[in-house]
Amino acid sequence: MTGAVRGGTSILYCAMGESVSETAGVVNLGTEGSMLVGALAAYAITANTHNPWIGALAGASAGAALAFVHAFFVLNRKANQLATGLVVLFLGLGLTSLFGAAYVARTVNSFKTWKVPLLSHIPWIGQIFFQHDPLTYLTFLLVPATWFVLQRTGVGLLVRGAGERSEVLSTYGHNVLRVQYLAVVIGGFLAGLGGAQLSTAYANAWFENMTQGRGFVAVAVVIFAARKPLAAMGGSYLFGAALALSPALQVRGWHINQFALDSLPYLAIIVVLILLGKKRAAEAPEGLQKVFEMSIAT
Amino acid sequence: MRRISRWAAISAVLLLALVAAACGSNSDKSSANASSSGSSSSSSAPGKDSKAVGFIFVGPKDDFGYNQAAYQGAMAVKAAFPNLKVLTAENVPENDDATRVMEGMIAKGAKIIFATSYNHLDPAMKVAAAHPDVAVVQQGNFIKGTVPANAGTYFGTVYEPVYLAGIVAGKQTKTNKLGYVYAYPIPQTVANIDAFELGAQSVNPKAETYTINTSNWCDPAKQEEAAKSLLAQGVDVLTQHQDCTATITKAAEAAGAMVVGYHADASTLAPKGWIAGSEWDWSALYKDIVQTALDGKFTGSKYNANFRSGLKDGLNPFVQSKYGPSVTQDTKDLVAKAKTDISTSGSPFKGPVMSQDGKTLIADGTVPDYATIESTIVVFVKGVVGEMPKSS
Repeated sequence: MTGAVRGGTSILYCAMGESVSETAGVVNLGTEGSMLVGALAAYAITANTHNPWIGALAGASAGAALAFVHAFFVLNRKANQLATGLVVLFLGLGLTSLFGAAYVARTVNSFKTWKVPLLSHIPWIGQIFFQHDPLTYLTFLLVPATWFVLQRTGVGLLVRGAGERSEVLSTYGHNVLRVQYLAVVIGGFLAGLGGAQLSTAYANAWFENMTQGRGFVAVAVVIFAARKPLAAMGGSYLFGAALALSPALQVRGWHINQFALDSLPYLAIIVVLILLGKKRAAEAPEGLQKVFEMSIAT
Repeated sequence: MRRISRWAAISAVLLLALVAAACGSNSDKSSANASSSGSSSSSSAPGKDSKAVGFIFVGPKDDFGYNQAAYQGAMAVKAAFPNLKVLTAENVPENDDATRVMEGMIAKGAKIIFATSYNHLDPAMKVAAAHPDVAVVQQGNFIKGTVPANAGTYFGTVYEPVYLAGIVAGKQTKTNKLGYVYAYPIPQTVANIDAFELGAQSVNPKAETYTINTSNWCDPAKQEEAAKSLLAQGVDVLTQHQDCTATITKAAEAAGAMVVGYHADASTLAPKGWIAGSEWDWSALYKDIVQTALDGKFTGSKYNANFRSGLKDGLNPFVQSKYGPSVTQDTKDLVAKAKTDISTSGSPFKGPVMSQDGKTLIADGTVPDYATIESTIVVFVKGVVGEMPKSS
């Protein structure tokens, strides 16, 4: 179970970012790319400054910068969101292979596990939630904060409005473009942080394409959680658990088909998407429905 | 504004098309040249008088592991044959894309091709069948049945240095639990795991090797999780068969455990925990293969087969890494003795070797040859904990 939180945190960051972005009506398949550039930038800057916090900030900024590229093409140039997202992903992949080579063999002063005094001694729960790196603790605040901002504040209302019925926003004199830009860039910022967690707090290494599809998983999780932060948290931990489960079971001598186990989370997503697809489609912001060309009753 | 950008887009597309057409006609020309020269010299031996050598790698050339070692081998060829063009391609998938990359290299004049990843074999065989004048060699796999006159596989007996490292691990462990993180249960990996366990057993009958597979050659997060699970079970020596090796090495060091390296010397990543390891040195073998082919002697040579090189002939491209600081002279002497033994009359798989479920794999006293080892050591031996994933 500790593994679920450990392995799910990087996905969770991306999922929070994507929640914000999708609420504003922009799907960013480039999340995977933001995560990759975040992972590399964090690792590289940590290697050079020996301070993982500066590294994490650099990672987040790199993720945000890549998301800005996505925002420019889909918002200013009205390019297809899904296709642009993939292009942005490959841009991230290419950039990181190019600049990452020098850091493959580097060791950095990474984030250390910090046990929360008192709380970490609570049996079971303490072990699962309170023996992690600082970036993981940050998500415990990030999730409720994301929910609160999106659902209970004026800014959140603007973001939701931009995704739902952008005409209304412009009618009231708000700059829709600016709100959507902000949402997408924040999405990339968080995805970059997720990448930073992966490279400087979890795996303690940089490798080409080290995210291995976790950014995509995050996008799927968000769709499956209908952009609800708490549900997305659950989904992220589900993937984290799947990641942790297979080695844990193997080492205890449980004989389960390894390949089946590895594909389990993806199967779960497909099933849930099929079951909930129809219902959720109707709840999605109108801006998003346009992206997926869902039928809108008019 | 909109009109301008549309014109800009259209002209950009046109420009791209022009460039593509130019490139296309270029490559057409060169491939036509190559095929014409190919047909004129079709009677000549595969690889003879080649102007270039092609290498394809499944991963990046700087993965601190398998692909980096192969790339360094290619660079050694470049240094040794200044008149040869050395063509390299990284991240070549193990499918028909590989065929295309190799065809492209042949179009550029390469008549000697090294396909360096295990599952590059099928594409490599296709290319070999289409170009009788090109020598195609593949690293690590095994051609079943008749070997075509212009193809072959080559590899080191990787399990020999792994066995020696197992001796070190067996002597060093305090908990008698060793951990092995691997990607897929391919024969090479299984032989390594078995050799590691047998090496450890030879000096410590209580030593067991716990295995975890990650179903991925390089997923650092999965590796971290695998390492944590093994350490939580009381394993105090970690080793691995992964393409990228830094994560597990660092995880062992951070937990105060010991680590046995694979592919490359990573002792700088674990100054305290590093005890031993095995690493590649392909330069001598690559150079010899290239020379043989250039001389027109490829067909019928030892490389026109499933060539395996080991301690016995002194050409093993897989060698021992340096020892870590905690390894005693006693242990080093044990390893030296085992090494002499294997080089002369022994084998890591000298019988009796029993499988996990108690079947006899190699009979008592038998010293198996390389071919026997590749066909029998495909299951885990007694002392290995864990089951291989099945694809059905």
